[in-house]
Amino acid sequence: MTDTVEQAASTPDQSQPYRELGLKDDEYARIREILGRRPTDAELAMYSVMWSEHCSYKSSKIHWKHWKDNTTPEMQAKMLAGIGENAGVVDIGDGWAVTFKLESHNHPSYVEPYQGAATGVGGIVRDIMAMGARPLAVMDPLRFGAPDHPDTKRVLPGVVAGIGGYGNSLGLPNIGGEVVFDASYQGNPLVNALCVGAMRTEDLHLAHASGVGNKVILFGARTGLDGIGGVSVLASETFSGEEGGTGRKKLPAVQVGDPFTEKVLIECCLELFQAGIVVGIQDLGGAGLSCATSELASAGDGGMRVELDKVPLRATGMTPAEVLSSESQERMCAVVEPANVDAFMAVCAKWDVIATVIGEVTDGDRLVITWHGETVVDVPPRTVAHEGPMYARPIARPDFQDALQADTSDRLPRPSTPDELRELVLRMAGAPNLASRRWVTEQYDRYVRGGTVLAQPSDGGMIRIDERTGRGVALATDCNGRFVKLDPYTGTQLALAEAYRNVAVTGAMPLAVTNCLNFGSPEDPAVMWQFEQAVKGLAEGCKELGIPVTGGNVSFYNQTGTTAILPTPVVGVLGVIDDVRRRIPTGIGAEAGETLLLLGETRDEFNGSEWAHEIHGHLGGLPPKVDLAREKLLAEVLVAGSRDGMVSAAHDLSDGGLAQALVEACLIGETGARVFLDPDADPFVQLFSESAGRVLVAVPRTEELRFTDMCTARGLPWRKTGVVDPESGALEIQGVGVLPLPELRSAWEATLPALFG
Amino acid sequence: MRIGAVTFPGTLDDSDTLRAITAAGGEAVALWHGDADLRGVDAVILPGGFSYGDYLRAGAIARFAPVMGEVVDAARKGMPVLGICNGFQVLCEAGLLPGALLRNAGLHFVCRDQWLRVENNTTAWSSRYEQGAEIIIPIKNMDGRYTADAETVAELEGEGRVVFRYVGANPNGSLDDIAGISDPSGRIVGLMPHPEHAIDALTGPSDDGLGIFLSLLDAVVTA
Repeated sequence: MTDTVEQAASTPDQSQPYRELGLKDDEYARIREILGRRPTDAELAMYSVMWSEHCSYKSSKIHWKHWKDNTTPEMQAKMLAGIGENAGVVDIGDGWAVTFKLESHNHPSYVEPYQGAATGVGGIVRDIMAMGARPLAVMDPLRFGAPDHPDTKRVLPGVVAGIGGYGNSLGLPNIGGEVVFDASYQGNPLVNALCVGAMRTEDLHLAHASGVGNKVILFGARTGLDGIGGVSVLASETFSGEEGGTGRKKLPAVQVGDPFTEKVLIECCLELFQAGIVVGIQDLGGAGLSCATSELASAGDGGMRVELDKVPLRATGMTPAEVLSSESQERMCAVVEPANVDAFMAVCAKWDVIATVIGEVTDGDRLVITWHGETVVDVPPRTVAHEGPMYARPIARPDFQDALQADTSDRLPRPSTPDELRELVLRMAGAPNLASRRWVTEQYDRYVRGGTVLAQPSDGGMIRIDERTGRGVALATDCNGRFVKLDPYTGTQLALAEAYRNVAVTGAMPLAVTNCLNFGSPEDPAVMWQFEQAVKGLAEGCKELGIPVTGGNVSFYNQTGTTAILPTPVVGVLGVIDDVRRRIPTGIGAEAGETLLLLGETRDEFNGSEWAHEIHGHLGGLPPKVDLAREKLLAEVLVAGSRDGMVSAAHDLSDGGLAQALVEACLIGETGARVFLDPDADPFVQLFSESAGRVLVAVPRTEELRFTDMCTARGLPWRKTGVVDPESGALEIQGVGVLPLPELRSAWEATLPALFG
Repeated sequence: MRIGAVTFPGTLDDSDTLRAITAAGGEAVALWHGDADLRGVDAVILPGGFSYGDYLRAGAIARFAPVMGEVVDAARKGMPVLGICNGFQVLCEAGLLPGALLRNAGLHFVCRDQWLRVENNTTAWSSRYEQGAEIIIPIKNMDGRYTADAETVAELEGEGRVVFRYVGANPNGSLDDIAGISDPSGRIVGLMPHPEHAIDALTGPSDDGLGIFLSLLDAVVTA
């Protein structure tokens, strides 16, 4: 028996399982107040999922003021679309608009690593399509528990296979990301996914349902019982315990992806955009049709009427609430003028994509959904999509913060002899957080589409957007959660600084920022303090760098029991380069004679460092200093170096310090080097400190003077630190020892295969 | 010279293949799986990807596509045909080349820059290389382990129909390190690695792959 609006109005006292659906008493009361009656089952399903933390951002929204307060008109001017749209869009010149976004799929990936990670990729790709863009590349920032924990052996290989299995089949190159291990992620790995796409600026599509009489078309996969999640409590009530027919097979709460369907859907969407017959478009992700219909209607200028029974199903006996809540993958929803419906259907038929008119835009201000002629939803769409609850959660600096900051790394024993230092270089090269990511990245296609200019193990990924002019973009994502825990404000700015620097070392000028803020429970005041500090740090940091935050994603409740993960605000930076042929590679040895220069200043900064973590299992003190003006200067120098052909390789210094940067620059470039440390400074500090704002560059000997003069003139500290030596086949660090490249390579490359097969 | 590249639903490297044809100096022609029409091309390339999702078996459904009837007929009459990766799998499924491609030995998808040796430079697709030349082009696949019965392998080896062989670590457990083979005429070739991703050192490990497309243009001119 379907719960209709009529029935709801006549049975005001019927008890409803709103608590099981995650709604609080006052939230339920507010829904009743909005509707002037109790909600139907279908309405309750819609509100509960749309008012969830994941969809409504109810705990984080109040902090968005920091983005607004820190976006100057100059920053705003770079954005064609910003926060609130499916993904941010920036103008990169030559008539090109680029859209990019990061999103989390953490919890599903712990429950079912392969499908959780696969559908994470699928979802972010559809977000990019919903802007009217062709998806061009993906990246995956990942966090796992202790590398040697048995459960990490279950989660990591599954996540990597899922990202590869889905992304490779879609034909999107995977150009970078991160793999970080820390015990705090043991019961709650982080699987974030980034997608970047491009379009001509005039082709930007926004998710609006405008124009009375326009048709609402659902296209892509059929709707089934997968990913129904919490709404199943309604089903079990409706069906009073019996399964209700042969088609109602119990399906897992984690959605199951079909990359082939998504690949065809991408090509179909692009052909529809090309034909100019789409008024508005929205992907179906979290909250499925509940989200797509209410967001389209809410952002448009009218109402919407949907005949829910028209939705093609792949299960029998589904209730309206289930059809609205299903998170079946590979579906999109478009608004199309009536005159173009036939043309729309013809394109879908060409690609064998199922497309169905399920409703139309109306002149009212209500979203009305019927089920076999009976009205099951009649709501003001804004109250579902955009006017959900907003909370000012209690905020309190954690009790542990003072003790944590007081426990600095100064007390940790340091190596002193050359032998100890040499051993440490090798040990760190093979540390799980620093070792080669090849075991992971070899499972991803980085070549498809023929536009990949830089990919892992480069600091940033780079793709060519315009084959004629060579214009392209570079992207990097970063976050050192240990720094964020020590000081969330500074730590987040350090994440921003690192991602910014990783883009700059490719020769691209940083242009815009996205983020994925992974935190513990918002109901814990200590977590909310970390969160607020992080948002403030990021917003103010972006203002100082002059690059806007174009969008982002928040993932709360990342914790095991009451223990939260390291606060992990992953920052993604996008930069633009006018000709990708001038990109700067990471490996040395491209030119015949090269000098190695270290740009920036090295201080004794080991709190939260990889050395303290790997060697001593220590976390305490204040993180390294951040100097964003310095980062900006570094970027300007690197971009000028790329433009004028003065820099032949560049590698950012971050985790593991100079030692790790040297190891990687040599191994990636398959070339040796001789390095001279400053005799007046501590070699351990020089090699392993993690001071920010530093880059190792190789410059052709002919350009050395011109480049160092430029650094001096601009006030950027530099130090000649060595020479590239193609003959030696070794990294020789004066006063420390000789490290033959094969020995370094086996240390660097053996770790992940040994752990994960 | 018109060189076609077929797009099946799920084909991924069609645009790369068309770009490579153009880079070599040919006229690139897009062919559609649902059309039994080769649009007057002089040769056909079946690009890589996951045609029809590789459901059932890699390449197993694509061979029944309307365009494949035309490709098989034209190939039997001597039109040069190249299958890359998934295209190689389709050619095996369609019976134009012997053997089959199984799941990689390591059970993982493998994407890496791979050294190959040109074992036969007399085919329509390899004449631009020196015999024994070593080239580096990307390999990327899940099902790349070439296999065939002992008799077939002996025949391939005896007749010089192993066109490309992996050098160094075998990436997928392929029998005899086989990376690519040809039919007896040398006009139909299948190979696992991706020459279309190695036409420019900016976006690939080298431009070594271009030789495949240049060889074909030579073959079409002299035919």
